[in-house]
Amino acid sequence: MTVHTRDETASASAVGGAAPATAPGVVPPLDPTAGSDPAPGSDPAPGSGAGTQRPGSRWRALARRAASQLGSAVLLLWAVATIVFFLQHMVPGDPALAILGGASSNPPPETVQAVREQYGFDQPLLVQYAAFLGGLVQLDLGESYTMKESVVTVIGEQIVPTLQLTASALVLAWVIALTLTLVSAGRSGLAGRIGSSIEVVFAALPHFWLGVVLLVVFAVVLQWLPVVDGGPLGLILPAATLGIPLGGFLAQVTRDEFDAALRQPFVLSARSRGATLHDVRWRHVLRHAALPGIALSGWGLGSLISGAVVVEVIFSRQGIGQVLVSAVTSQDLPLVVGVTFVVALVYVVANLLTDLAYVAVDPRLRASIGRAS
Amino acid sequence: MKPLITAENLAVSFDGTPVVHDVSFTLRAGSCLGIVGESGSGKSVTARSLLGLNGENATVTATTLDIGGDLRSATEEQFRRLRGSRIGYVLQDALTSLDPIRRVGAEVAEPLRLHGVPRAERPGRVQDLLAAAGIPEPELRARQRPSELSGGLRQRALIAAALALDPEILIADEPTTALDVTVQAEILSLLEDSLAQGRSIILISHDLAVVERLADHVLVMKHGRVVEQGPTHEVLTHPQHEYTQRLLSAVPSAHSRGERLSDTPPQPLQIRSAAIPRPAEAGPVLSVQGVTKRYRGPDGRHRTVVDDVSFDLHAGETLGIVGESGSGKSTTAWMSLALTAPSAGQVLLDGRPWSGLPERRRRGRRRRISVVHQDSLGSFDPRWTVGRIIADALPGDVPRAQHASRVEELLDSVGLTGAHAVRHPLSLSGGQRQRVSIARALATGPEILVLDEPVSALDVSIQAQVLDLLVDLQRTLGTAYLFISHDLGVIHHLSDRVLVMQGGRIVESGSADDVFFAPQHDYTRQLVSALPSPRLEEIA
Amino acid sequence: MTILAPAPEDTAPAQAPQAAFRPARRTPLHSPGFCLALGAVAVVALAAVAPGLLAHQDPLEIHLAESFDAPSLQHPFGTDQSGRDVYSRVVHGAGQSLVIGLGATAIGLLGALALGLAGGLGGRFADVAVTRVIEVLYAFPGILLALILIAVYGNSAMTQMVAVGVASMPGYARMVRGQVLSVKGSLYVEAARSLGHSPLRILLRTILPNTFRPLTVLITLGIGQAIVWAAALGFLGMGVQPPTAEWGAMLNAGRNYIQMAWWMDFFPGITIVLFTLSLTVIGRHLQRATDSGAAR
Repeated sequence: MTVHTRDETASASAVGGAAPATAPGVVPPLDPTAGSDPAPGSDPAPGSGAGTQRPGSRWRALARRAASQLGSAVLLLWAVATIVFFLQHMVPGDPALAILGGASSNPPPETVQAVREQYGFDQPLLVQYAAFLGGLVQLDLGESYTMKESVVTVIGEQIVPTLQLTASALVLAWVIALTLTLVSAGRSGLAGRIGSSIEVVFAALPHFWLGVVLLVVFAVVLQWLPVVDGGPLGLILPAATLGIPLGGFLAQVTRDEFDAALRQPFVLSARSRGATLHDVRWRHVLRHAALPGIALSGWGLGSLISGAVVVEVIFSRQGIGQVLVSAVTSQDLPLVVGVTFVVALVYVVANLLTDLAYVAVDPRLRASIGRAS
Repeated sequence: MKPLITAENLAVSFDGTPVVHDVSFTLRAGSCLGIVGESGSGKSVTARSLLGLNGENATVTATTLDIGGDLRSATEEQFRRLRGSRIGYVLQDALTSLDPIRRVGAEVAEPLRLHGVPRAERPGRVQDLLAAAGIPEPELRARQRPSELSGGLRQRALIAAALALDPEILIADEPTTALDVTVQAEILSLLEDSLAQGRSIILISHDLAVVERLADHVLVMKHGRVVEQGPTHEVLTHPQHEYTQRLLSAVPSAHSRGERLSDTPPQPLQIRSAAIPRPAEAGPVLSVQGVTKRYRGPDGRHRTVVDDVSFDLHAGETLGIVGESGSGKSTTAWMSLALTAPSAGQVLLDGRPWSGLPERRRRGRRRRISVVHQDSLGSFDPRWTVGRIIADALPGDVPRAQHASRVEELLDSVGLTGAHAVRHPLSLSGGQRQRVSIARALATGPEILVLDEPVSALDVSIQAQVLDLLVDLQRTLGTAYLFISHDLGVIHHLSDRVLVMQGGRIVESGSADDVFFAPQHDYTRQLVSALPSPRLEEIA
Repeated sequence: MTILAPAPEDTAPAQAPQAAFRPARRTPLHSPGFCLALGAVAVVALAAVAPGLLAHQDPLEIHLAESFDAPSLQHPFGTDQSGRDVYSRVVHGAGQSLVIGLGATAIGLLGALALGLAGGLGGRFADVAVTRVIEVLYAFPGILLALILIAVYGNSAMTQMVAVGVASMPGYARMVRGQVLSVKGSLYVEAARSLGHSPLRILLRTILPNTFRPLTVLITLGIGQAIVWAAALGFLGMGVQPPTAEWGAMLNAGRNYIQMAWWMDFFPGITIVLFTLSLTVIGRHLQRATDSGAAR
């Protein structure tokens, strides 16, 4: 997952979550020549390293990069699986008792023993671990204690509405971020100040509060939208609840970058060739401004899934968020582990896609890949 | 014939703060007007006001501002039609002046697109333009990004973009700054060609030599005012204004050796060797023996950055290392300091092992060899005041009670005062920071000072003061200098002996005069002949 | 540059001469927004230390006759299902919510320091290991890690605090590591080395202080984040249980009455929003102040 190492500055500015105040210079990785200069006190004149890389070999390099990305993604998932497996076995108390409804239900010892054998708790830990990993490969995440159903089935039923919700929230967040940036970034005076205030406020809104307010205002008081509905209308409020804070956050990142790009000499250079300000904003600056936001989108999707837990509870929506909350409350560990693992999978895939999108938008990276090969 | 540009009493202010006052000049067809000044002189702002590019908070006034029409109250749209089509504008620093994520071809095609050249014609025109700007393989280059081009090629591409619509006027704002001297010469001849084709040029530079080579007429600016103007030769040979005189004499060169740079008229120094008894028999203080440095590049291949370099540095002398970027001169300095380990060869300090020792055993002797960096601000702990920075360098055997007085002495010796001790480096000027850096280097009482491009970031008049300071210090303290620079003039001015480096090797060495007046190696000849103005040497 | 250090120098426009003419943009440390934010944080802090000064009604006293009263002069934030005064519960809840937020931040920060310093200072192998660990932790986005820990260790205020702390750890750890690496690679550390200082002295006097300095800003922002996460867990019914006056628990209680008594969730919620917003404003100001003070 190069997204992590690459945008050190970018996603680092989010304190692991949507800490809204971003560093002003969220700058994505840059000039590939920068890293290649080995001299500790490098000479003052910049870049004499002229690359004569032919474009053809780049696609092969790109493919190799994708392959190595995939490899590290698999490694990452294995680590996630290992962590959740051992966490699961650190539970104080007997898991068999938990399955039978807790210690208070006082089941006969034979029943407990039977459950132990059924779930393999009597096996050594490493054997259980191997069985767990083997199950994962065959898409078998075990059976839920409370629902007495295969975890994969439960998640399979519930993940679609969650993905619908998070995907629409991500789109909404980008719409908000781009609109705010284009309308107000790089403009002095009132427009700029209002724009940046809106972003800060948006980014600071917690889902649990925003959701309640939207629900009360639009569904209860105004009655414009249904309170609970599985249809497309019912998606509006949950998606807004999820998308608005992320939109504010992305807008901050994008605006900072937009402002920074506007001050770059290439903007002056473009204007000196007769480009209008409008031209400059759209053709040059916007692309630069979107870069850190794109790099953060994979992480953003992750935070949306985390937020979906709260939002699904508020709007009583189906989804793995709801499943997770009830699983956590009832200590249904196979289900918790399963959901966690699937979320990690989604997160990893999202970051792979982000990475590709980033390379598509920022050719410098492509060039550096080409050169490194 | 009517001049192309007439400006009278041009004044620019930002948010009510005036930065350019009463600037008047004309630009005639086919001529080159030079604007010379140090940073903050208002030369770029003056040029930009001709294009309406100073931004929203700028107010431009003039009694006349005529570029084929009165522009005193021109709208953005009027200016925009001027840009690119009548006036081409080339900025310095082509790495950031070209959009780093667009193809070079798209940047050059931009003015064509903006002025209605049909899409189908553009690629051909772009290649012609790149070729005309002296870029080999224009087809390939058009498809690359700026970061894949060398500094010189980037600057050429930028010029190609500015000339795309064949404007009659070209404004070049520090077009050669930050380029190696040989590349600089190529860019200047490209501009010369353009001039020969009948184009008019406004050339802005801090470098008198660059302006001298191209300009017929020159404006000298200081603090937003024109202090002197006239035909270039006249101004440079018989400067009337005290500032111009000072600027001219501040340029270090072969002819300024043994003179102070920051006084007008130049004051001869005392004979140097008389000041310090030099124990030549004692052997070299620093001996670099066949050092080589190889790095593994990101592509897994090994690159040899420094290749079999040997030299001796004797007590009290100045050894200059000159070379272009990538020549390995800084790495050589780093290895001399034993901050980078050589891949082969060794460095001896005072005739005893140095580079080969473990760091633990080197530490106690580190006070004998100090360093001054180009980026002095970056070399200071951002939390510390000047006083703390210098005190931190004092040897451990100096009692704490004496720190304050030692710091004051050191500040005095570099031309600052004890009052500077409480200041933060951020609040100091570039020259003052460099003085602090020198004071820190001297705090350990070194016998060798490694100076890595110590004046490269400074304006020429400040550079002159710092160079004078270094000479004075050497006369009183007898410290040996290992002086690294890309600037031949600076090296020649200061050094007793010179090493010329290229591609990690020493290609020529000898006394400064021998190397520069009678270069033996082709590369040295190339460097010397690439110096923008041999004539200026005669003037100074 | 940013507080997060390893920003590439190459993008910074090379100090173009014109830059000297732009009037320096000053950050007014005493702008009205900043003062307001400071005031808000001070009020919350006062509520946490001495709630009795701000609210006179007992947060736990039940008046069934007054249940679900809409906001009025007597009950500015209304009453809950048991007729308890919501305003006084919000004021009295500040203490526990703040303790959870601060505790979680401290836990997250300590863990992150251990990880980040190990990665930044421990050599290449340790750095690879730490980077991987951070990557893996990032794959449990947001409060997910906290939820897992609660599922394993059960539901209590202590787990809530620890869980939020652990969940915020990877973000801090990445930043600490980045900061250490950038300080370690800086010219001023090189300068200290060339002066012959011992590694220990360089570590203690140069690397660590310069690593910690930007963290103060992050802590300001991080506390807000921790309080929001803790409240989200509370909202889901995990952590402090009703009827204790704590913001998250109050949100959880109000959740079931959203349609008939919106004030039960609205007022604790907006308190959290305003408090975290104030911390953000303060954090951003501090950040700009350090940036302009320490910018290269």
